[in-house]
Amino acid sequence: MKLWFVSLVSVGLLASCGKKKEEGATGTNAGGGATINGSGSTFQKTFQEVAIEGYTKAHPGTKINYGGGGSGKGRQDFADMVTDYGCSDGTFKDEEKAKIKGGEFVYVPILLGAATLSYNLAGVDKLQLSAETIAKIFQREIKKWDDPAIAADNPNVKLPATDIIVAHRSDGSGTTQNFTKYLDKAAGGAWKLKSGSTVEWPSDTQAGNGNSGVAQIVKSTAGAIGYVDLPDAKASGLKYASVKNAAGKYIEPSVASAQAAGEKLEVKDDATFDPINAAGDAAYPITMPTWCMAYVKAADATKGAAVKAYFQYMVTDGQKLLAEIDYAALPKPLQDKAVAQVAKITP
Amino acid sequence: MAEPLHLRGTPSRSDQAFRGLAIGAAAVVLLVLALIAIEMSGRMGPVLDRMGFDYFTSRRWSPGERLFGALPFLWGTLYTAIIALVLAVPVSLLVALFVTQLASPAVRKPIVYVLDLLAVVPSVVYGLWGVLVLAQPLQKVFLAIHNAVDGIPGLQSIFGASPQGRSFMTAGIILAIMITPIITSLAREVIETTPQNEKEAAYALGATRWEMIRASVLPHAKGGLVGAVMLGLGRAMGETIAAALVIGSSIGQITINAFAPGNSMPAVIANEWGEADQLHKSAMIALALLLFAITVIVNLVSSAIVQRSLRRSRGTA
Repeated sequence: MKLWFVSLVSVGLLASCGKKKEEGATGTNAGGGATINGSGSTFQKTFQEVAIEGYTKAHPGTKINYGGGGSGKGRQDFADMVTDYGCSDGTFKDEEKAKIKGGEFVYVPILLGAATLSYNLAGVDKLQLSAETIAKIFQREIKKWDDPAIAADNPNVKLPATDIIVAHRSDGSGTTQNFTKYLDKAAGGAWKLKSGSTVEWPSDTQAGNGNSGVAQIVKSTAGAIGYVDLPDAKASGLKYASVKNAAGKYIEPSVASAQAAGEKLEVKDDATFDPINAAGDAAYPITMPTWCMAYVKAADATKGAAVKAYFQYMVTDGQKLLAEIDYAALPKPLQDKAVAQVAKITP
Repeated sequence: MAEPLHLRGTPSRSDQAFRGLAIGAAAVVLLVLALIAIEMSGRMGPVLDRMGFDYFTSRRWSPGERLFGALPFLWGTLYTAIIALVLAVPVSLLVALFVTQLASPAVRKPIVYVLDLLAVVPSVVYGLWGVLVLAQPLQKVFLAIHNAVDGIPGLQSIFGASPQGRSFMTAGIILAIMITPIITSLAREVIETTPQNEKEAAYALGATRWEMIRASVLPHAKGGLVGAVMLGLGRAMGETIAAALVIGSSIGQITINAFAPGNSMPAVIANEWGEADQLHKSAMIALALLLFAITVIVNLVSSAIVQRSLRRSRGTA
């Protein structure tokens, strides 16, 4: 009886292996017939979804699956070769690099996005904030909306004496990472909580799960302020502040101002760059980068070709889909760099 | 009484196969548990190298500064579980007594049915209900309670100032709802093992219903009831999603103020895993192992207590 069970299982396994091989073998040009899997950044998940739809419509032979899970998971899955490509809002740390199993790989910049400071304050439709003021608000050093520091950023606005309610992410998040990185960089010594995917927020603040969780707190609480990425802030109908950039201008978060943040960047050879608090009069300072990674030589050439073709689509035609979903397309110099990175993939 | 069956001699082939499969299944369970423990102990290496014993005593948890201390989350886990027990145990025991001693079958059936139904509601449903429905009105209730006890030493620190809708107490309430069916159903079974003649003996001595319960039922069921409570405790400590949603996710909180937001070990893991790098992950694996150890101990102790008490009750029956 035991033997019977074992043989049944092994027959099943053999059958499924054979089937997989057949599927792979039908692929000929540009990875047609291949199934590729990616995971990681939830920040670019919406884009991945529309890009996959756009790409597979034109290339019905290819099947692409993208699971979110967060940037950390994206890097880990990619390093372990569980997925064919990974997407992350941050680059590999040095200690992680040693564990990348698939050899040489490339970073490909995908898009830029703005993190808004969304607020809920009746009677105030235009708000301007500097990094130092934001730092003090989120560290609970400023507790009322009519505080002199906020008034100094908003000379002609009548601010009510409402209590400030601070909302932040309860889950580890690339948005938290970039937001705190901005404060760390731009607020001088005023920001003391350092930067990370999770930071030690004061205990009299509120935590929401995901961008939508923070947006929900801001929307439902008078006097609330929180950091929410632009698509979610727009979807929830929130008001958001203009933030003071490196050139000293108050800039409203938008697709255009996020793109402007990518225009004058110093891009390293491996296509990594830092758009936080970027130079340029029109640049929105809390602009977040995100990348996808692919191996130069994939273990499976058919899949490698499919990844390359999909990446090529994402950084060229796929860029046109971004404005619709409130993300910024790569500015020209970054896009050229991205195309050059894709060209390095040689399956 | 029937003669005991003797299965000596050569067992049939199907018997041998069955025996093999059963032993195999049992071994797989132990093997999986051992592998989990070994794998996790290996992976918590990086954080222990970095933090040393401070990992268990530090209050700082700052991934950006590479600092990890588990103490606040250990506190949050224990504190929410204690709140849950304080709320759930009296209710559960009273319901169990009502169902077994007082209720007529017509009342008893729907109550048992509804309680069993509560036990199968997925925890994420409780969590979402807590965060979307309960949190906001609870904040007002908390504030009223705080104002009522303000000035009374002890109480004013437990029901502390500036209450929030998502807090230790909110998590405790949700957990209490989740463990009530478990404690009740176990307590019911234990109480039902009270021999009829002991109860009748109490009545014969002129006891009222309450005196009968106190003299016959409770002493008889004591051990089993403790075990039932401990099982509830184990469940409350391990609950992840519901706690993650309503506990407030405040880092580094060690306070007796039940109205303050905090965090628990499973909630931290659920919230922070996705974006974590290697060291951060290692810190969470160590949290998991700590939780694993605590829940295993709680469960072992509780099942030992339940077993002992059940054996004793059957022996006297």
